[in-house]
Amino acid sequence: MIASTPIDVLIIGGGPAGLAAALAAKAAGAADILILERERELGGILRQCIHTGFGLHVFKEELTGPEYAARYVAKINAQGIPAQCDTTVIDITRDRLVTCVSAAHGLEQFQAGAIVLAMGCRERPRGSLGIPGARSAGIYSAGTAQRFVNLDGYLPGRQFVILGSGDIGLIMARRLTFAGAKVEAVVELMPYSSGLKRNIVQCLDDFAIPLLLSHTVTAIHGPERLTGVTVSKVDADLHPIPGTERHFPCDTLLLSVGLIPENELSRGAGVDLDAATGGPVVDDRLQTSVPGVFACGNVLHVHDLVDHVSEEAAEAGRQAALAAASRRQAIPLPQPEPPKPMASPMPAAAAGAGAAEAAIVVRAGDGVRGIVPQRISPAALTAAPVKLMFRPTGVHKNAVLVLEADGVPVHRVKKRVLSPGEMVELTIKPDFFAAVKPVRELIVRCENA
Amino acid sequence: MYDIVIIGGGVIGCAVARELKRWRLKVVLCERSDDVGTGTSKANSAIIHPGHSAKPGTVMARLNVLGNQLYDQLCQELDVPFQRCGSLTVAFAKDELPALESVYQDGLANGVPDMRRLDRDELRQREPNLNPEAMAALFAPTGAIVCPYELTAGLAENAAANGVDFRLNTTVTQVKRNARGWTVCTDQGNLDGAVVVNAAGLYADVFNNQVSSDLMRIIPRRGEYWMIDKSYAGAFRSTVFQLPGKMGKGVLVSPTVDGTIIVGPTAEDINDRDDRATTRTGLEHVYQAASRIWPALPRKALITTFAGNRAHLARHDFVVGEAPGAPGFFNAAGIESPGLTAAPAIARELAAAIASRLHATGNAEFQPRRQPVRRFRTMTMAERAAAIAENSAFGRIVCRCEQVTEAEIRDCIHRPLGARSVDGVKRRTRAGMGRCQGGFCLPRVVAILSEELGVSPLQITKSGGNSTILIKKLGELSWERQAEA
Repeated sequence: MIASTPIDVLIIGGGPAGLAAALAAKAAGAADILILERERELGGILRQCIHTGFGLHVFKEELTGPEYAARYVAKINAQGIPAQCDTTVIDITRDRLVTCVSAAHGLEQFQAGAIVLAMGCRERPRGSLGIPGARSAGIYSAGTAQRFVNLDGYLPGRQFVILGSGDIGLIMARRLTFAGAKVEAVVELMPYSSGLKRNIVQCLDDFAIPLLLSHTVTAIHGPERLTGVTVSKVDADLHPIPGTERHFPCDTLLLSVGLIPENELSRGAGVDLDAATGGPVVDDRLQTSVPGVFACGNVLHVHDLVDHVSEEAAEAGRQAALAAASRRQAIPLPQPEPPKPMASPMPAAAAGAGAAEAAIVVRAGDGVRGIVPQRISPAALTAAPVKLMFRPTGVHKNAVLVLEADGVPVHRVKKRVLSPGEMVELTIKPDFFAAVKPVRELIVRCENA
Repeated sequence: MYDIVIIGGGVIGCAVARELKRWRLKVVLCERSDDVGTGTSKANSAIIHPGHSAKPGTVMARLNVLGNQLYDQLCQELDVPFQRCGSLTVAFAKDELPALESVYQDGLANGVPDMRRLDRDELRQREPNLNPEAMAALFAPTGAIVCPYELTAGLAENAAANGVDFRLNTTVTQVKRNARGWTVCTDQGNLDGAVVVNAAGLYADVFNNQVSSDLMRIIPRRGEYWMIDKSYAGAFRSTVFQLPGKMGKGVLVSPTVDGTIIVGPTAEDINDRDDRATTRTGLEHVYQAASRIWPALPRKALITTFAGNRAHLARHDFVVGEAPGAPGFFNAAGIESPGLTAAPAIARELAAAIASRLHATGNAEFQPRRQPVRRFRTMTMAERAAAIAENSAFGRIVCRCEQVTEAEIRDCIHRPLGARSVDGVKRRTRAGMGRCQGGFCLPRVVAILSEELGVSPLQITKSGGNSTILIKKLGELSWERQAEA
């Protein structure tokens, strides 16, 4: 049998979430920390994000992705936090035994006091959407193309059409233009973009790249390498309208059609997942349904800004360090709660035993989806402000966000415009609940949605 | 001068090639694409049929049942994933019961062993995810699943190891009689053989019609499929068929040997034999029809789609044997479903007939076993530790979704008739077959192919020909500037 090495806080993933979690765990006094990273260097997807726009919140200056990552890596090194790269975690158990493999160290097992899940997300592939047509060469997800261009130094095409207006697709439209390629159009199924407004302005408008809203790719042509795509307008039900077909010659189709938190390892550990976010169900401490396992960053829910990932991950790292410390000192921890999310896609795992007090369930009402955290402990609600993060279901103008506690509206915020491309934060404060105690359920909904 | 020239490197051509090496015969196989198994053999239901759905008395029925029996040994010899998961043919309404009974009777007539009828309760117990409206089923324990591309690659690799010449990227244009047999004209020169085996799949009619008076016309019949992520592995124990209709066996739901679930196919007669594009209507039809078997079919778990074309003949039977008026020209034509099942039987029958025709002597050196394939994903933890200790490249996971290591990718390139393209690697190792569909591993697979083949990444293709992955190294002059210079 393979001997397992004990580790206080084990961090799965050395991208922005893992790095910030590790630093915070260290600051919170974690005895020993280890970051496991599958790539050969730390930094995660930031390594290939050579555009600017990172760090405005965290560092109050505008950095490129590699610069942002480098600042964290420098701190990790300064703190002497060990990281093992080129190492892939292949299994996590409910009792926090982590198995990983690497060429350098072979197969290893770690018994973690606490685990921070920071594996990030993956891009939705063509096939999952059933985009019909030939299976030509020259169809890539935007992030794959970004890696080819920015890390490997190869251009994957000359003439592009980009399907989906996610941020990576928008960034790539500009990047490819800089590299001498022609981007014919960005085609978006929805009547609005799922990317940040600033990216539409800076990456498309500035380069006169057309954004075709309410359009989609309806055929893909090319027996070997792609030769073109057919683009059609869609109706209100998102069905292509016959007679609106337009042919775009191109040798490459990039897809930027959504990101999926990568939770296969979490699922293996028995972590409950939320169908709306694709990530674990967590409480206000970012602890999942499995005690001692925390989640942050894009594995928890897909963020727009890395700065927010870092902030969230720091909290997860801090909480993981505290959890590991109390485990070490055999102090019983407050346990996560049994209630299940309504739409959990996976079979329910047994909830943590001996729940001291029932957690408050946070639900998305009309016009809102993917709230994180999904659970709040009553103590946390009355102790300090708690930040809720979610997305609107569509573009809502002059909307009002309403927070209800057990059916009673306790707080309203006016929002001039809400768009699914921009995550919304709502900070809930203890004094909202002066009139309604104890709270069992919170709902956030959007009026005029 | 060869004894036998085989046209077509699909599962049939490769199985025939391997089987012929049981005799001392000089065999060459021509394949127009850059790899074996790139046509119908790679895009089908991956099912080994029990043999109850073929009409009694047909060649199809006989070779289906025989082929099914040959699979255990074949897959063991070639180290190809294969499981006897059994198959269910299901009736959803009372008026389907007579049709179900007739499938059972056909099965008995064809010699399908151990079939039994299941009632609603037994069915429910066996397949809890099956539509509760399913009222009766025929269970055939000999129904099985296989990985069709690994099988074809395994057959070809073993045939090559036993001395079959493979001519890839070689398109046959014409077959002509000569004084001693046949001349097979290709775009890479002519090949002479005493015997020709026509295993050209969707193009089998073209070559048959050049030499035989028994004319045939292959109708490409397209089938579209969805694949479902392996997080749903175990949703079905057995292959579930609906009752067959005029256009074939209908849409099925089946586990695969890789833990994914396959649903499909459609059956649509088309004109272009090489048109393997999926269609919006076809994919939607598959989804709806499969929902009848699996009402909770999860849209979120769909990972990819594909289409394959079957070589349908109006007579709806296999044409296996010497073509009338063309001595020494052997057909394996009209090999639609259950062609994958029948492949070992077709190969055995054709090879025996050819060996007898050529008065061949047995080949004592024939080695039926392929060098086993070491697959990280199916190893135990202890085996993984040992594998990495022996070869550290087993510790580097390239395809995270399917847990394919660098060692496996390098190995599949180095084997006889190894992978030469990204899809070749994918079919042999599953790198890129998983839920991210190559989003993360593609650049690494390109880099490994480039290293192992000693060519620039710019020359690496998805599937041969002009299917390049990359266009230009950055930092070089722009195309416009290059043109000026």
